[in-house]
Amino acid sequence: MSDFFTVSVLLATLAAGIRLATPFLLAALGETLGQRSGVLNLGVEGVMLLGAYGAYYATLRTESVLLGIVIGLAVGGAMGIVYGVVTLALKAEQGISGIGIFIFGLGLSDLLFQKQVGTPTPIDGLGDLAIPVLGDLPWVGEVLFHQNVLVYVAFLLVPAMWYLINRTPFGMNVRAVGETPEAADSLGVSVNRTRYITIFVGNALAGLAGASLALELGIFQQNLTNGHGFIAVALVYFGAWRPVGVMAGSMVFGLVSAMVLQWKTLGIVVGTTASIVGMFPAVLTILVLVLVSRRTGSPSALTRPFERGH
Amino acid sequence: MTTLIRSLIRRSWPVGLVVLALAVSACAEEETGRSADDPIRIAMVGPSASNDLAFTQSMVDSLNRLGQEYNIEVDITDGTFVIEDAAVAIRGYAEDGFDIVLAHGSQFGGSLSEIAPDYPDTYFAWGTSRDTFGLSNVYSYSVKSDQGGYINGAMAAHLTESGTIGVVGPIEVGDIKAYIDGFVAGVASVDSSITVNVNYIDSFSDVALAAEAAQAHIEAGADVLTGVSQMTVGATGVAREHGVLWFGSQSDQTPLGEEIVVASQIYNWDYQLGQIVEDLLAGEQNGRVITADFSNGGLTMAYNPNFALDADVREAADAVQAGITDGSISTGIE
Amino acid sequence: MLAAALIGAVMLLILGANPLTGYAALVDGAFGGTKNLANSALKAMPLLLVGAGITVAFRTGVINIGGEGQIIVGAIFSTLLVLAVPDVPRFLLVPLAFLFGALGGAVWGGMAGALKSYAGVNEILSTIMLNIIAVQILNLLLRGPLMDPGEIERGSRIPHTERLSGNADLPILPGGTRLHLGVVVAVLMAVACYVLLFRTTQGLRLRASGHNPFASLYAGMSVKRNVVLAFMYSGAMCGMAGVTLVFGSEGHRLATDGGATTFTGAAGFNGIVAALFGGLHPLWTIPASFLFGALLVGANAMQRAVQVPAALILALNGLVVVFVVGSMQARARLGRTAARLRAEARESPADTEAPDPDAAAEAPP
Repeated sequence: MSDFFTVSVLLATLAAGIRLATPFLLAALGETLGQRSGVLNLGVEGVMLLGAYGAYYATLRTESVLLGIVIGLAVGGAMGIVYGVVTLALKAEQGISGIGIFIFGLGLSDLLFQKQVGTPTPIDGLGDLAIPVLGDLPWVGEVLFHQNVLVYVAFLLVPAMWYLINRTPFGMNVRAVGETPEAADSLGVSVNRTRYITIFVGNALAGLAGASLALELGIFQQNLTNGHGFIAVALVYFGAWRPVGVMAGSMVFGLVSAMVLQWKTLGIVVGTTASIVGMFPAVLTILVLVLVSRRTGSPSALTRPFERGH
Repeated sequence: MTTLIRSLIRRSWPVGLVVLALAVSACAEEETGRSADDPIRIAMVGPSASNDLAFTQSMVDSLNRLGQEYNIEVDITDGTFVIEDAAVAIRGYAEDGFDIVLAHGSQFGGSLSEIAPDYPDTYFAWGTSRDTFGLSNVYSYSVKSDQGGYINGAMAAHLTESGTIGVVGPIEVGDIKAYIDGFVAGVASVDSSITVNVNYIDSFSDVALAAEAAQAHIEAGADVLTGVSQMTVGATGVAREHGVLWFGSQSDQTPLGEEIVVASQIYNWDYQLGQIVEDLLAGEQNGRVITADFSNGGLTMAYNPNFALDADVREAADAVQAGITDGSISTGIE
Repeated sequence: MLAAALIGAVMLLILGANPLTGYAALVDGAFGGTKNLANSALKAMPLLLVGAGITVAFRTGVINIGGEGQIIVGAIFSTLLVLAVPDVPRFLLVPLAFLFGALGGAVWGGMAGALKSYAGVNEILSTIMLNIIAVQILNLLLRGPLMDPGEIERGSRIPHTERLSGNADLPILPGGTRLHLGVVVAVLMAVACYVLLFRTTQGLRLRASGHNPFASLYAGMSVKRNVVLAFMYSGAMCGMAGVTLVFGSEGHRLATDGGATTFTGAAGFNGIVAALFGGLHPLWTIPASFLFGALLVGANAMQRAVQVPAALILALNGLVVVFVVGSMQARARLGRTAARLRAEARESPADTEAPDPDAAAEAPP
């Protein structure tokens, strides 16, 4: 145990926790926006996989990480349009169509990878970007300011998303549409247009989350995300539909995962004990959900398609 | 929810029709026997992709080489990580009259022990393992992967400057455990003061986890890493990013990082396959355990031509390999 | 479905394969000959159990995507039983194994139901987490106390149990195929789900809960209790799927591949798709599961014939789900009855307090 509590290992664990939290955070922030407008997207996992593959493939072919990020966003956005048509225009049941999107993304990303790439070919992913001055701070600099660019983007999105939802006219529409779509509609707010935008942005962020995973790893493979997307959806509930809460949830997940890995690396937990530790984040989420659901309510119109005039 | 359910019910009748139509179209199946001039039909069932740069690919490559020596016809089902899917494929191949059926994965043994008795004329081979279930038509192949591990470990010990080396392992089984134990022994044979952190991530396929494990090793001070199985592509990515050296096993992993991969131990199944094919041609069934090592050519080392390996280290590695081959050096494993 | 088949054909063309050859291989691989038909039926068996169970949950107004975890826990329960009493005669041990499997699945499903009813936790999230926990428990057991002693002795340490008692093997059905008792059980249980839902008072209550929870409440029913019950029934079905996957497998043991899907082959998810194909009706789920199982089997044949990865079928299945749900709802809008019901529920004062309106099963204060 003593090995773990050295300053350098602790700092490294914190830094790793932040890095691991990033894909969760990006996807969960996008999902938060969608859910605040009353749309549940269970397909995050599938969108992440497609975004991850798109980013990986673009970077592999062009050697431009930037293009990879853009493609990740674009693929996510495109899936957002599809999901918007399905759930808004066709008013499909959101939970099930999300599962459909997940299965579609899982299959298509694997199919394209096998046909277009095949053998695992590494790419030069995102390197760490040290922030001048801040990066030189003792301890803090190492943990917070030696990360890849998408980590900064993700954490800067937290206040941005908070501002968007709580302090802008658009955000007000989003909240209105998510709570009482009929009232919003009667005030002249287009429910579906608002939801199309939130779904588009939310899915684009899911695509970016996938891209962050693929570019951080510098590789793609079948089912790369391995449940990240579903956990991101859970984190929205965990964070009680507030960006800061979502960030806290993502950090808990990231830090716990980082700690488990460090412990295993240093031989603090071995073999079967590791499985027990591996359950910890899931058990924790359930406990938090039990507490959170008592305290706060979800957007009232969540999963409910809007229909005018009845 | 209710509207959904109602309309779903109304629309479901076409499904029934399609099923009916397809069921009616079922037709009879065929059987084939082998005469001397026919090619030897070999089927392989592998857990991951044929081009995984690891365990499955090592067998695919060996089958390709075997094809240059013998008249064979190969059929491959890869990506069957679900054990029962593999079992169905194994039985399917036996049923279809393949001469040799390879169950390439130690996790397939449980199924094979039940299937093999039903097809006494079919030659089955599986590995890595050392268990033939007492059946004459079952061959099991294994590798002394601890030998290459030992060589890699010795080199790693020479190359580390920090005195810390990391190992990213999947699950503590068979040839993987042997490789890692051999690696640890190899390091200790050069310098017992070097720390070797071993981390089994409990997955053959989770590259994200493998990457984080590699990251954790590097944060713990490791400047040389090794790992086994197809998930290591995640770890090599991290190693590249940090310029940390990498030692591979199973297949030549040079393509994963020309600037960091030092050397890989390669599994050549040619030796074992050759023995089984010879038995088949002679019409004999001598189900047994066939073990590959450096002395019979079943194991070889591949050095990355683009990596400027210090001549002294290479010399030391060659000496260890020679010692292992002639038996003067023992890895101390098993 | 036709649309998905067309898109699939286009994708095959783009990937440089002849769609006709591809589909021919798929159909032949799935339906060509008794052996392939039997394989399709075997693949369909767990999907049917999971799918029919899921119809019970859906009809009660809850979504059960915890099939994976429930399958695993059911398999663990039945395996523990068989390890404990391997010498019980076959005619007793096989039914007992199913009973324990159902029990395990019901416990795991019931937890999600209880969390929803009594703690207000969204069932989609709790079941995802319970799936993760079940996988870890399985890994823990197979890596530890349940590992085959032979594996420990040989040092190969493959994470599976010993070959389980032959008395628990699901008997092979006559006819020269690999079909075993599990297929019969699956069909019978699907019929049982139908009877439960449509021919019993309890089924009426469950459906009423799903149909209009508020009306049910006024009628004096406990919607909370019904949700827990529905999850237990659904879980029990998944648990039995776990039993068929262990005692009907070639290896006759509980195993894991070390990945996220362990031994289930994602049946917990695929079962949902099968249930959707079957219009969320237990009886229609029977042919739908068979068709879906056949697709999965045929996909492998297609992969070999035209070198297009079987993942194509997975992608198409996703599309089918989206299309089916999408077109369904569009039609449903013609009939406004349910929408009006929902609108009423929405306007009822209870809704403002309910933490989760989708959860609809929440009691008003």
